[in-house]
Amino acid sequence: MKHLRSINRKAGRIEKASGVGLPACHDDVVALQQGPPQQPPAAAHIPLGCTLIFSPGWEADRTGGTAGLCTPVERDLFDCHEGCFWPAQVPDQLNHAPNWTAKCASAQKDWRKIDLVFP
Amino acid sequence: MSILTLREFHPFTASDADFLYLVPSAAIFQLDPAATAILARLGQGDMPADDLVRELSARFSVAELQETVEELVRIRAIGVTGVPQEPAVRQMPPPDFPLTTMVLNVTNQCNLSCTYCYEYGEDKIVDTENGKQAKFMTEETARASVDFMLREARDNRMAHLTFFGGETLMNLPVLKSTIQYARERAREVGKEVDFSLTTNATLLRPDVIEFLAENHVGVTISIDGPKEVQDQFRVFHNGTGSYEVVAPKIRELLRRHRTRPVGARVTLTSHDLDVRKIFLHLTEEIGFTEVGFAPVTTAPNRKYAIADEGFDTMLEQFRGLAGDFLQAALQNRHHGFSNVKDTLEEIHKGVSKPYPCGAGLGLMGVSTDGDVALCHRFAGSDQHKLGTVRDGIDRLVQIGFLEKHHIDDKTDCARCWARPLCSGGCYHEAYTRYGESAHPNLHYCEWIRGWTDTCLKIYGELAVRNPRYLEQFDDKVEYETSQVN
Repeated sequence: MKHLRSINRKAGRIEKASGVGLPACHDDVVALQQGPPQQPPAAAHIPLGCTLIFSPGWEADRTGGTAGLCTPVERDLFDCHEGCFWPAQVPDQLNHAPNWTAKCASAQKDWRKIDLVFP
Repeated sequence: MSILTLREFHPFTASDADFLYLVPSAAIFQLDPAATAILARLGQGDMPADDLVRELSARFSVAELQETVEELVRIRAIGVTGVPQEPAVRQMPPPDFPLTTMVLNVTNQCNLSCTYCYEYGEDKIVDTENGKQAKFMTEETARASVDFMLREARDNRMAHLTFFGGETLMNLPVLKSTIQYARERAREVGKEVDFSLTTNATLLRPDVIEFLAENHVGVTISIDGPKEVQDQFRVFHNGTGSYEVVAPKIRELLRRHRTRPVGARVTLTSHDLDVRKIFLHLTEEIGFTEVGFAPVTTAPNRKYAIADEGFDTMLEQFRGLAGDFLQAALQNRHHGFSNVKDTLEEIHKGVSKPYPCGAGLGLMGVSTDGDVALCHRFAGSDQHKLGTVRDGIDRLVQIGFLEKHHIDDKTDCARCWARPLCSGGCYHEAYTRYGESAHPNLHYCEWIRGWTDTCLKIYGELAVRNPRYLEQFDDKVEYETSQVN
């Protein structure tokens, strides 16, 4: 690296490790890109059962099964929030409620701290 | 179009250079002017990469900017909006994690009555007077403990055994026989044992000092400072101060015991936060080479408890003394403010801890009748028991403890930049304050962040002006015993 100098030992290890593979900024929300239908690179986030990608959503998930549907509440809570702009039954992270889960480090324990959002 | 956004880090400046402390990786990078400018601009709001480059192109070349953005993304100082960070994998320690340090409470009795004591004072966890625990550890239990330690050390060649109390030296016979037994047993199984103890220094007779020196026993002395500070809380049962009794004995110990470093461990209370005065007394007048400080552990309503303003004063004092440390380090001189040194070592290695300390994992405390607890501070508490030296560790209890206390489950810490080093703080402190060992120690968050920032700046100064000083942290043994207090 030319513009950053690793100072402690951990930084040295990160510098070494980060030379491998594509830089992370090439990852983007895959479904918003132009072009023919494509398989996204493995590192991209795929919101399961969400309208961001082509998916029937309600009847079958992107794999054709039913495990990743957007209907069950436990999936809605986080998957419809993170990286989502769609007005849904949970606040969306991209536009309106970026800090909605700020107090929730662990959903199993802290779900009570996820509060209502008043626009 | 990629919209760039800042990710988690703590920026700091040292020696006119800009640095980033990345969270949670704990890596430190120095920035060049282009990187500084990019981060400053993104600090005002997210923006598309192209706009960012265009806006800054008056000061830097386009190629330079693009390259810098790429590097910053690579180290995860910045990221792209809409691409949530991959959730960090919750890392649990391997099931066969070795025990590196065993703290043996050879007695729970003490010849002092320090007002603030966590073992006897108002905030005690275990009834050491009328409780079921034996008041002194027997030789048989001590031996069983040594066997337990060597077993649990697994493949480690080295095991650390720390004697603790009560007042440790009140059970000198068992201390002596245990050292001998541990040496023999270790030799049989091809290991080595390193010994240390903590004492209030009242019982350091010449023959005891001789024994400690001959046997290379590391010594930590609990002492609070000059007479007026020491005698405020560190008193005998009748209320008289202990300074006059301990000072000559400590001087004698320091004169005679040269085989291992002898450190002082100071408990700070709201009554005296003049850290520099205490430090200078202990180093220059008494002769300690290392002095470590810790605020008193107590419920918040005690008179000696350190409150918010107290933590501010303490931080100011620590910063002053840390400044002296830096000056010494720049000239490769020794400075005995061990709080700085310990933190610098962790910063240098880039540790990012899922747990605040090794309690219940690499470190365990053994009570007088052989119950194994999270650490010495919980020794004898049924609620914090992990097993016994005879029957071993109850793995389910241990895993339950580790699951419950993981940093990922400390919601309050989830957005704090100091969490790689703090990890929520001392379990015992939390238990005393909040009645729950898994609770983050929210009463000293500001202090921890302030102190971590100070140490990062010292680290940055040294990295620029005297990088060779930091090399001493490279080769240090990974699991060295620190002061047990």
